[in-house]
Amino acid sequence: MSTDDGYMDMDLLRFTTAGSVDDGKSTLIGRLMYDTKTIFEDQLEAIERSSQQRGDANVNLALLTDGLRAEREQGITIDVAYRYFATPKRKFIIADTPGHIQYTRNMVTGASTANLAIILIDARKGVIEQTCRHSFIASLLRIEHVVLCINKMDLVDYSEDRYNEIVKQFTDFASRLDIKEMTFIPISALHGDNVVNRSENMPWYGGSPLLYHLETVYVGSDANHVDARFPVQWVTRPHSEKYHDYRGYAGRVAGGVFKPGDEVTVLPSGFSSKIRSIDRFEEEVEEAFSPMSVAIRLEDEIDISRGDMIVKPNNQPKVSQDIDAMICWFSSDHTLQPRGKYIIRHTTKTAKAMVKGIQYKMDINNLHKIESDLTIGMNDIARVQLRTSEPLFFDSYAKNRQTGSFVLVDAFSNKTVAAGMIR
Amino acid sequence: MSVSYKIRHLEQLESEAIFILRETAAQFERPVILFSGGKDSIVVARLAQKAFWPARPPMPFMHVDTGHNFKETIEFRDQFIEDIGGELIVASVQDSIDQGRAVEEKGPNASRNALQTVTLLDAIEENRFDAAVGGARRDEEKARAKERFFSHRDEFGQWDPKNQRPELWNLFNARKSQGEHFRVFPLSNWTEMDVWQYILREEIPIPSIYFSHEREVIERDGVLLDNGEFLTLMEGEKAEKRIVRFRTVGDATCTGAVESTADSLEKIIEEVASARQTERGGRADDKRSESAMEDRKKEGYF
Repeated sequence: MSTDDGYMDMDLLRFTTAGSVDDGKSTLIGRLMYDTKTIFEDQLEAIERSSQQRGDANVNLALLTDGLRAEREQGITIDVAYRYFATPKRKFIIADTPGHIQYTRNMVTGASTANLAIILIDARKGVIEQTCRHSFIASLLRIEHVVLCINKMDLVDYSEDRYNEIVKQFTDFASRLDIKEMTFIPISALHGDNVVNRSENMPWYGGSPLLYHLETVYVGSDANHVDARFPVQWVTRPHSEKYHDYRGYAGRVAGGVFKPGDEVTVLPSGFSSKIRSIDRFEEEVEEAFSPMSVAIRLEDEIDISRGDMIVKPNNQPKVSQDIDAMICWFSSDHTLQPRGKYIIRHTTKTAKAMVKGIQYKMDINNLHKIESDLTIGMNDIARVQLRTSEPLFFDSYAKNRQTGSFVLVDAFSNKTVAAGMIR
Repeated sequence: MSVSYKIRHLEQLESEAIFILRETAAQFERPVILFSGGKDSIVVARLAQKAFWPARPPMPFMHVDTGHNFKETIEFRDQFIEDIGGELIVASVQDSIDQGRAVEEKGPNASRNALQTVTLLDAIEENRFDAAVGGARRDEEKARAKERFFSHRDEFGQWDPKNQRPELWNLFNARKSQGEHFRVFPLSNWTEMDVWQYILREEIPIPSIYFSHEREVIERDGVLLDNGEFLTLMEGEKAEKRIVRFRTVGDATCTGAVESTADSLEKIIEEVASARQTERGGRADDKRSESAMEDRKKEGYF
């Protein structure tokens, strides 16, 4: 191709940002976008105008991410906002989550698709409750890479001692969590220290600036390429003359690697067959792995429909109607009802689920398990046992984020009321 | 095992969008793809062709026609849909005006852009569509950055941005009550650059007005508008010939051209890479106020 291959063929990194009110998260995102020249002239003019109207001293980069009128009026971020920027090395998708109201719900949502989480700490305040909460969620959602940005270093005179103190505070706390890789970076989002360019104010810091870390962190091993899982999403039957007998099982690979010729087993029927071809539009591909969307054709005619799963005979998921999971409750209308019935959506399958037991609720500020009060309201995280109306085919969330996750839907309001991670 | 199982950004975005389209077909009874002949809806149409191949997309295409089109776009629209074997429904803003359902704006900046909402919502109701798939992207505009893949609309077609359903992992909840519908945005995570790169990679045809050409334009409030039959000249305005192209193909009365010599996809991509204005920077409809898009979207706009 004649254009710059750098643009045509890039890595993609999805990350989430979490922070408390006023710790400069929106400023950091604004800074990343501004310094990578992602902000356009007309956007900059618009926020310059608004900053002036609001009487802000500097151009308020936070106005760039706060898109709704109510957010600008109240100076807060209401919902998860998605932002995009690219450098010649990588394309980035940011799920920017607010730190205050509905914090847990929004952060869980943003974290569910992220490879990396940035957690901001105000250098003046150090590790506070919200830092612990955000770290716990990153660990619960199994984000493998966590970057602790110790922000507002300019307000503590770029002090190395203060930085080390905070690193120690956090490391002590995080020893109780399950985070694969932690990186600490002292920054000033407002002035741009260690965001895109190395800070001249902190010569004592030997690590990389944030952007360099984001560009180079290795995320290739995050997806499961061992346990082959293919939830059938749609059955393609053209009924045309040319493709009269075509029957393709369309879906997105949720784990492992599939190749033509592979022996497969179909759940729940248990029938076996061989992969005849893996089709991606007009071409047949040699192998398919997560997160590719393909259509699989089998050698034998088996009755397969949406919600079924194609797996390998010697590596099968758990098949059960009893689910043990951590859930995050989203609904502000109702609390989780003991013995309550919900609709469960898991991979491409939909069933009913009944709450059989609530074991404990987490105090996510100190990681204590609460067994005395089992009222599960909005933003609460709890361990529950569910019984489903038909068997699900699942893995633990620790093993596979796609086959180990589910949501609960309220059958009356149709709202998504909980997210679950299977243990 | 040293093999790295990794796919690059365009393939990931394509894979995600195909997943969304298949999910739409599976979870809704009567979905429709909104097709304007603009580059984003062309990409959606191409993805739909791929998602269900070798079958035809199991949903029709619908154009909400303001009547104020660039003729190149309409010719292109008909040819493109014929080529992929799709079914085209045209919902006309003129019909809505004639039936008294919508009232034409007055004045030199009158535009039918906002009236499309009436026609769109009427067409959704008439055809009993329960999902309308669109090509909107989150990077286009700040209100759109808060949009979901599966975006709920109440029985009045309204969007409630403060009360949206959370979307986690690959799990989408399309349950709704009678009379409600969804908007579905498979290109949510694409940027303008991704769209152009994909068009180049896939060699997808696009309307000629995206490429540089000579055109008679009027400069109004810093925006270059086509001096066509739908534009009313204001006092002191003079049409002049410029070498321009369009970055979006909306209603001809409010879609601005940019001066450009980019006459190939490669040159457009170079131009996008060095652009200092967003693609909607030339859209007079967004300039009406800071929350112009949010207000229109709440009412049921695309």
